[in-house]
Amino acid sequence: MVKQVNRRTVLAGAGAAATSLATGASSVRAADPVKVGVLFPLTGNAAAAGQASKAAVEIAAEIVNDAHPELVGIPLAKDAGIPGLGGAKLELVFIDHQGNPSVAQQQALRLINQDKVNVLLGAYQSSCTLTATPVAERNGIPFVVGDSAAGNITQRGFKWLFRVTPIASDFAAAYMTFFADMNKAGHKVASVAVVNENTDYGTSVGDAVEAAAKKAGLTVSNRIPYSASTTDVSAQVLQLKDKNPDVVIFISYTADAILYMKTMKNLDYMPAMVLGDDSGFSDPSFIPAIQDIAQGVMNRSAWDIGKPGSTTSKINDMYKGKTGRDLDDTSGRNMQAMLTLADALNRAGSVDPAKIQAALIATDLKPEQLMMGYRGVKFDETGQNILASTYLIQLKGKDYKVVWPDANATEKLVWPMKGWKA
Amino acid sequence: MLLLQVIVGGLLLGAIYALFSSGLTLIWGMMNFINFAHGEFVMLGMYVALLVVVWLGGGPATFGFAAAVALFVLGVLVYGSLIRHVTRGPMLAQILSTFGLALLLRYTAFWIFSANIVSLPQTSLGGTLNILGILVPVAQLVAGITAAVLTVAMHLFLTGTTIGSKLLAVAEDRNAAMLMGIRPDRMQALAWGLAAASAGIAGALMAISYPWSPSVGETFGLMAFVVVTFGGFGSVPGAMYAGLIIGLIQALSAFYFGPIYKDIVVYGLFVALLWFRPQGLLGKA
Repeated sequence: MVKQVNRRTVLAGAGAAATSLATGASSVRAADPVKVGVLFPLTGNAAAAGQASKAAVEIAAEIVNDAHPELVGIPLAKDAGIPGLGGAKLELVFIDHQGNPSVAQQQALRLINQDKVNVLLGAYQSSCTLTATPVAERNGIPFVVGDSAAGNITQRGFKWLFRVTPIASDFAAAYMTFFADMNKAGHKVASVAVVNENTDYGTSVGDAVEAAAKKAGLTVSNRIPYSASTTDVSAQVLQLKDKNPDVVIFISYTADAILYMKTMKNLDYMPAMVLGDDSGFSDPSFIPAIQDIAQGVMNRSAWDIGKPGSTTSKINDMYKGKTGRDLDDTSGRNMQAMLTLADALNRAGSVDPAKIQAALIATDLKPEQLMMGYRGVKFDETGQNILASTYLIQLKGKDYKVVWPDANATEKLVWPMKGWKA
Repeated sequence: MLLLQVIVGGLLLGAIYALFSSGLTLIWGMMNFINFAHGEFVMLGMYVALLVVVWLGGGPATFGFAAAVALFVLGVLVYGSLIRHVTRGPMLAQILSTFGLALLLRYTAFWIFSANIVSLPQTSLGGTLNILGILVPVAQLVAGITAAVLTVAMHLFLTGTTIGSKLLAVAEDRNAAMLMGIRPDRMQALAWGLAAASAGIAGALMAISYPWSPSVGETFGLMAFVVVTFGGFGSVPGAMYAGLIIGLIQALSAFYFGPIYKDIVVYGLFVALLWFRPQGLLGKA
């Protein structure tokens, strides 16, 4: 008996039989691929990050589409294609929104209406994610958000939006848990300073951290918003020196992060610990500029290459083979989003949008099934992953090493930081 | 003590402002010409310093000198190939020519050096002096002293030497100067060379303490205009005083009110000064 095959309902196992019997219908294959529309800034200011993320989701698709039994734990890596969809492959349709929210909106519509994608993924800048997701919502197409961190993305009551990445409040919560652990270990953290650049990113993360610190009973000794294009931060460093908090948390871009580290050295100010919130502290130019004067600064990252031979290390090798660089946190979060989506597609057993939505809602990935350092993937009613979390890393020599939480640490935390006295 | 530290920091910052602004005021004083590419000259001075350190090695004296020479040549070339021609055109062409030059230099730098942030490796000037409890970063101190010396030297050069007098004569009345046997083109090429060289030295000195990317010229260019307007267009000592005052106000307001208010205070005072004294502190009315 031959079952009718159409684009929307491909029944497992029947595809191959249909192909062999269908004469002259070259468009019917073993299983039609699942089309995923991917929105990233491939040109413009954030082009470097967009291109790196594009390479990362391509690797994710490769992991799903080809057999990779060596990637232990990663769902769908073992066999080629998506078993739940008769071995269907992922077909990525990339769109460049240039970091422009209105282009992101138009292109999301184009992906749905013209390219007939089954599901969307993106879109790096929070501002672009904010405009592209309502299009998916209106058309009833699932949208998986890989790395946009603005809080309000999941605060609009959307039913078709799923965000895998941790957001500002998750980072703030992780920092507070870390401080509590430090106090238990005898490293006093009673007061913190929050220094943030004053655009959306710095302000929202700064607010979240300040609120969490107050809730955790810590004294916020300084809250210093500043402009990232500043050429002098001596006054800010003197303010910190005056109040002398135990930990200074920086939410900064690159040039300003470097300038702060240099100025702190110049003015002979070193708190017990400096904790950077990704961004500037993760920029490739940060470490070479400050490695002699800021040994032991901490930073966050949900990505860790891990030991040679580990699944994450193998994934990094694949990425490095394609791009020549190690995988970074941002691209890794997008890769994790694509793998999460593939897992849901497998369980949906259909490319019907409602079935994919239901499968995404039912997502329950365990830490050992992830390549990123989340505690799992499980969405609440707003579509936010409630198990999203992050590692904390510390600069040792020329590299960051994972030092917290203990279970994932590859090296021991050094407290207080050594700075230029290393 | 903390107050003293803030004041010293502000004055050192101001000295650097004065240094990179003096070139801008020189060109205005010489030619009544506004150079929008001045910030880009500073930026190129920073990259020259980086290239010298990476390729040849050497300390601040080496790369400072290299930046001055390279930018002097660039200044003369810019005058010969662009400015000399557009000064014959309408005012708008003059203004837009250096604006176009600024964009050309900035995007060429993006192309060659990429948008990544770079910084100089630690140099011999990387340390900090402790003077009676006041911490003074050596790089900033040297930059400040250089700025003061260069500013004074430029002032003496303009007012006390024959070439300086010729430069001023051309600035005063080009035709009359020609009748006196002065070749204005040579003088003005020299002015452009000196102005660019001072921007180059400023860039090289600032590269010691600041990380930068090709877009840094925008920030410095704007600050130079504020300093020069504040001090009075065409006045070299005016730029010096204005730089110091602005640096000091910025440091004090950033410390007492918070860094996001420092520019409000500075530009508020700036507008107020222009209200009462449109020609600036030492400018001629």
